[in-house]
Amino acid sequence: MQRAPWILLAPFLALFILTFILPILSAVATSFTSVQRQGLFGEDGITNSFAGFDNYAQALSDSSFTASIGRVLLFGIVQVPVMIVLCTVLALLLESASARWPQFFRAAYFMPYGVPGVIATILWGFLYIPGLSPVLDIAGAMGLDIDFLGPDTVLWSIANIVTWTYTGYNMLIIIAQLKSIPGEIYEAARVDGAGSWKIAWSIQLPLIRPALILATVFSIIGTLQLFSEPLVLQTSSPAIDSQYTPNLSAYTNAFAFNNYGIASAQAVIIALAAFVLSFAFLAIVNRTSRADKEGA
Amino acid sequence: MTTTLRPPSDATPNPNPASDPAVDIAPAKHRGNTVGVGSSRTSTIIVTGILVVVAIYFLVPIYYVVIAATKTTEDLFATNGFLLAPTFNLWENLRLVFTYDGGIFVRWFMNSVLYAGVGALLATYFAAAGGYALAKYEFRGKNIVYGTVLGGVLVPGTATALPLFLLFSQMGISNTYWSVLIPSLVSPFGLFLCRIYAQASVDNSVIESGRIDGAGELRIFHTLGLRAMTPALVTVFLFQLVGIWNNFFLPLIMLADSKLYPITLGLNNWRSQVDRLPEFYQLTTGGVLVSIIPLIVAMIVLQRYWRGGLTDGAVKG
Repeated sequence: MQRAPWILLAPFLALFILTFILPILSAVATSFTSVQRQGLFGEDGITNSFAGFDNYAQALSDSSFTASIGRVLLFGIVQVPVMIVLCTVLALLLESASARWPQFFRAAYFMPYGVPGVIATILWGFLYIPGLSPVLDIAGAMGLDIDFLGPDTVLWSIANIVTWTYTGYNMLIIIAQLKSIPGEIYEAARVDGAGSWKIAWSIQLPLIRPALILATVFSIIGTLQLFSEPLVLQTSSPAIDSQYTPNLSAYTNAFAFNNYGIASAQAVIIALAAFVLSFAFLAIVNRTSRADKEGA
Repeated sequence: MTTTLRPPSDATPNPNPASDPAVDIAPAKHRGNTVGVGSSRTSTIIVTGILVVVAIYFLVPIYYVVIAATKTTEDLFATNGFLLAPTFNLWENLRLVFTYDGGIFVRWFMNSVLYAGVGALLATYFAAAGGYALAKYEFRGKNIVYGTVLGGVLVPGTATALPLFLLFSQMGISNTYWSVLIPSLVSPFGLFLCRIYAQASVDNSVIESGRIDGAGELRIFHTLGLRAMTPALVTVFLFQLVGIWNNFFLPLIMLADSKLYPITLGLNNWRSQVDRLPEFYQLTTGGVLVSIIPLIVAMIVLQRYWRGGLTDGAVKG
């Protein structure tokens, strides 16, 4: 009888071990290893030796890599809240009685989620490139000189692409949760004389909290993985170097420099950062909700 | 982080998608549910105005590529990007897309269908079996297994991709269909959703009566369990389908042979050649247009099945 759960779990677990556990263990192992090549081009063989924290020290003392971490943190601090606010407002508006044609708008906003990040970046890239972009033509005609791909602006041009892609998806999750609020709660609130703002603030927002938390955690993880957007924009924006984001840095180290030790250390740092930030966010959220409950 | 059991009332099995409550009954339920105070004429105009402006933002890039795909490379630079050019070159561009390099575009598209379709189907089945086992059985090691998989939800996919490439290289399966397909078969988030859903919707007494009827444990899962979990399975399938279809990092790392490319990698390959060979502009705009049409249709059709409500109580503050 107790064999049944293991049989059911076996395919998932086998694949999970192969594609999650083993790679993580090997990344950790590789990150503590350094490779010495004997001879000028390594023709006399290669030896691996234990390197302690050398790779980590080297990764963290590389100013380009630390700058890339700072860059995605800045990106996340701005883009994640903007997107969460935007998708919440859109969900509340679409679910309000004032919205006309909510089905059409819902579909229009959700659609970009089906467009892969690479293709979204190609699309927006056309709108960013001088000479191709009608947006720049219009801005130019109005006397505005905009550079979407300059060193100060390109990060926010990327943020725009990410926001464009994921806002509708997060909005749909929030709408699903809004729809699960029983009608009686609204009626009771209205009987008590609560207006639209009051209902949104004290009934809808608290009840969609779990969806907002989940969306935020996934957005934090997604932000740390930023890769395909800067990679695709790289050819049209000289401001993006090969270490623009942590992931791009790890990719460059592994495939351009064949330095798997450093690349693995960077991959481990990215994963740890995702863990720490996700748990820190959940801890803050838990503490404030407990404080709320005690206060109430 | 606690998981709570919530009867999945907003995700009940629905045999007839056309009568999906979220779509059909919505207007009626809507009126009852919504914030009725603001339904005056002025607020309707303001709210709808905001929604229209936002819709323009979401639709502009799509509109742009529809227009761009009808132009020659020359016109692409010479004419206004939001207006049609005098020469309507759409059919020639599409012919180029489908015939270039022996029809490689069709092959990329079919590769994406293979990776995403097969990957999502099997991933959903494996996640369902695992989630059901964790929800419906008591056994030693259960909590360790669940905790580990839950940790997997938080591991960025790109952090495992690099070491996975090294591992697959040693096994000799990098640069094969398997190298993209195998990692696509695992969805820790899917297992997590399936467990929550199985706990709430698969009735223990139904399982017991199945046992009394002499059905084996696997048979009970395949008949009773899977049926009760159908709404969750649809969500997991769609989530995984889009995830695999949109994945770029994994195939980029794994694949060197352009015949194995999914559509994302293939189109990026075309785009990266525009600086040297301007005719690739026509290929890229045409290819992008063709590739997003099925996705747009799929999103419009599928959004009603997207039960984000499944995540209710998943992360409770």
